[in-house]
Amino acid sequence: MSLLQLKNISKIYGELKALDDISLEVENGEWLAIMGPSGSGKSTLMNIIGCMDKPSLGEVILDGRDIAKESDKGLTEIRRDKIGLIFQQFHLVNYLTAVENVMVAQYYHSMPDEKEALEALERVGLKDRAKHLPSQLSGGEQQRVCIARALINHPEIVLADEPTGNLDEANENIVIDIFKQLHKEGTTLIVVTHDPEVGEVAQRMIVLDHGRIKENTINKNFGNT
Amino acid sequence: MTKQKMFLRMITASLIRRRSRMIVALLAISVGAAILSGLVTIYYDVPRQMGAQFRNYGANMILVSSGDGKDFDVTAMNEAVSHISPESFLGATPYRYETVRIHDQPVVTAGTDIKSAGITSPYWHIEGAWPAEGEALVGKTEAEHLGLKTGSSFTMSYADESNEKEPVERDMVVSGILETGGSEEDYIYIEMSDLESIAGSGDLDVAELSISASQEELTAAADSITSADNGVSARLVKRVTQSESTVLTKLQALVFIVTAVVLVLTMICVATTMTAVVTERRKEIGLRKSLGASDRSIIVEFMGEGLLLGCIGGLAGALLGFVFAEFVSVNVFSSSIRFQPLLLPVTMIVSVAVTGLACLMPVRSAIDIDPALVLKGE
Ligand SMILES: Nc1ncnc2c1ncn2[C@@H]1O[C@H](COP(=O)(O)OP(=O)(O)OP(=O)(O)O)[C@@H](O)[C@H]1O
Ligand SMILES: [Mg+2]
Repeated sequence: MSLLQLKNISKIYGELKALDDISLEVENGEWLAIMGPSGSGKSTLMNIIGCMDKPSLGEVILDGRDIAKESDKGLTEIRRDKIGLIFQQFHLVNYLTAVENVMVAQYYHSMPDEKEALEALERVGLKDRAKHLPSQLSGGEQQRVCIARALINHPEIVLADEPTGNLDEANENIVIDIFKQLHKEGTTLIVVTHDPEVGEVAQRMIVLDHGRIKENTINKNFGNT
Repeated sequence: MTKQKMFLRMITASLIRRRSRMIVALLAISVGAAILSGLVTIYYDVPRQMGAQFRNYGANMILVSSGDGKDFDVTAMNEAVSHISPESFLGATPYRYETVRIHDQPVVTAGTDIKSAGITSPYWHIEGAWPAEGEALVGKTEAEHLGLKTGSSFTMSYADESNEKEPVERDMVVSGILETGGSEEDYIYIEMSDLESIAGSGDLDVAELSISASQEELTAAADSITSADNGVSARLVKRVTQSESTVLTKLQALVFIVTAVVLVLTMICVATTMTAVVTERRKEIGLRKSLGASDRSIIVEFMGEGLLLGCIGGLAGALLGFVFAEFVSVNVFSSSIRFQPLLLPVTMIVSVAVTGLACLMPVRSAIDIDPALVLKGE
């Protein structure tokens, strides 16, 4: 069975159908890119997959559990145990250092372990910035802290909403390299992006438009770049 | 690293690295705690202070002879004093009045214990100095009448009416002039030993006592002195002692109300600050939730911060409060305050409780934050 199954989900805000009858399956270990114009429902879909929101209609089955039927507490647990989130706006706790920010995720998940958190930062090339506050880090560095935090608990799925939206070319490449590495390790990756370069390196790409899936294409050149 | 350690690390980081924000809350708490502990100190010290103040208006118990033929002398007075608890006893002054002649005029002279007269009659205003042996304190009226000034010398003579002996004479020097605005200005005051040197020994007419005690304790002491039946009967100077306790009760009620108002104000201030803190940190709360924080851990974290603030503020406040109470005491009652060590933990507990209460509402609103909404909006 697929890791994630969306069955005819809709998200309705009053008159507006932000998501309109979407069905989608994501396999374990798959690398999926979600693209589409602004307002097409990408973030809405992301929030539902990330268990931060529930669909108005339809079923979301994650690892065999229907999240529409879960309580808020249940959703919190799934989020904590299975999902690593990466945001466009980084969202770091501004009074905690880089390594402390990573440890916050450990804190809610299991046990804070500074050594492990430092290793995660080393992995994204930030070992020497571990004791810096977010305000002392560049945007690209902050995003990498965010990635280290998303990965620290070894989530089954990493969800990234516009992870490179605020980054320059060089930092974007660093992030893509980290994704490639993650994919190699078997992590399921779902990446929302405007950026064709980020979309094209994924295994599969869906394009949303007005809350519907307009395209769903497999990348034939996957792994060649 | 344990969870508890990380918890402490997070909340201390929040307090230290966001100090400009936290200083407002901390200030509110410590000022509140300071006023609280200051007022409570004053509240408990006021009876002592006020007691001392009222003593300034004279003695509150007098001893007279019970009239049953037993001697009423200094020994009897001291025996009576032994019925009073030493902590509340301030002073006892014997008075023996005899008529002597100065410049051939009859003058009432009181033999007394000059040192304790200063304690039981603190309102005496003296121009010059308190008398030593061989010196006299002359009442203002009498001084004008006799034409005496500080430094003048005079001879006083005493003749016992019962036997027609030669009058005994003694030379004295005026050490100062006594002004009280009362009947004391008609008399001359000298040491008891000086009086005895011309008039021989004799009974006291009255003894004035200053005691720092409640109305009930005073009554009990007076009863016990009178019933001891040693030739002494004790009476309370009622007017002063009663008004003393009424004023005390009113003053304490006032302090109590002010304390309550200050507590409420502190709570409002802390609640406002905490609400601002929560609003300002909606994103952070949303983020923590998206990382899998349960409602409970959000509550624990924010309450932890609040309570830590309460603790620090309470400690600072308790110390500030003592300084405040001391300041009030020195300026209003012109005496130092007595520090109550118990007040330190009590102030801290109250500050923590008040801060906790003030944090409840904002923290409750914190758990309603929807991570999806907060994280989306820039
Ligand atoms: N909480 C909400 N209430 C009402 N409407 C909403 C809400 N959240 C999203 N929408 C609407 O749903 C639609 C889809 O929004 P969504 O954020 O998913 O777009 P998006 O594809 O992520 O766009 P972008 O590329 O600009 O981030 C938009 O029209 C938006 O206005
Ligand atoms: Mg979006």
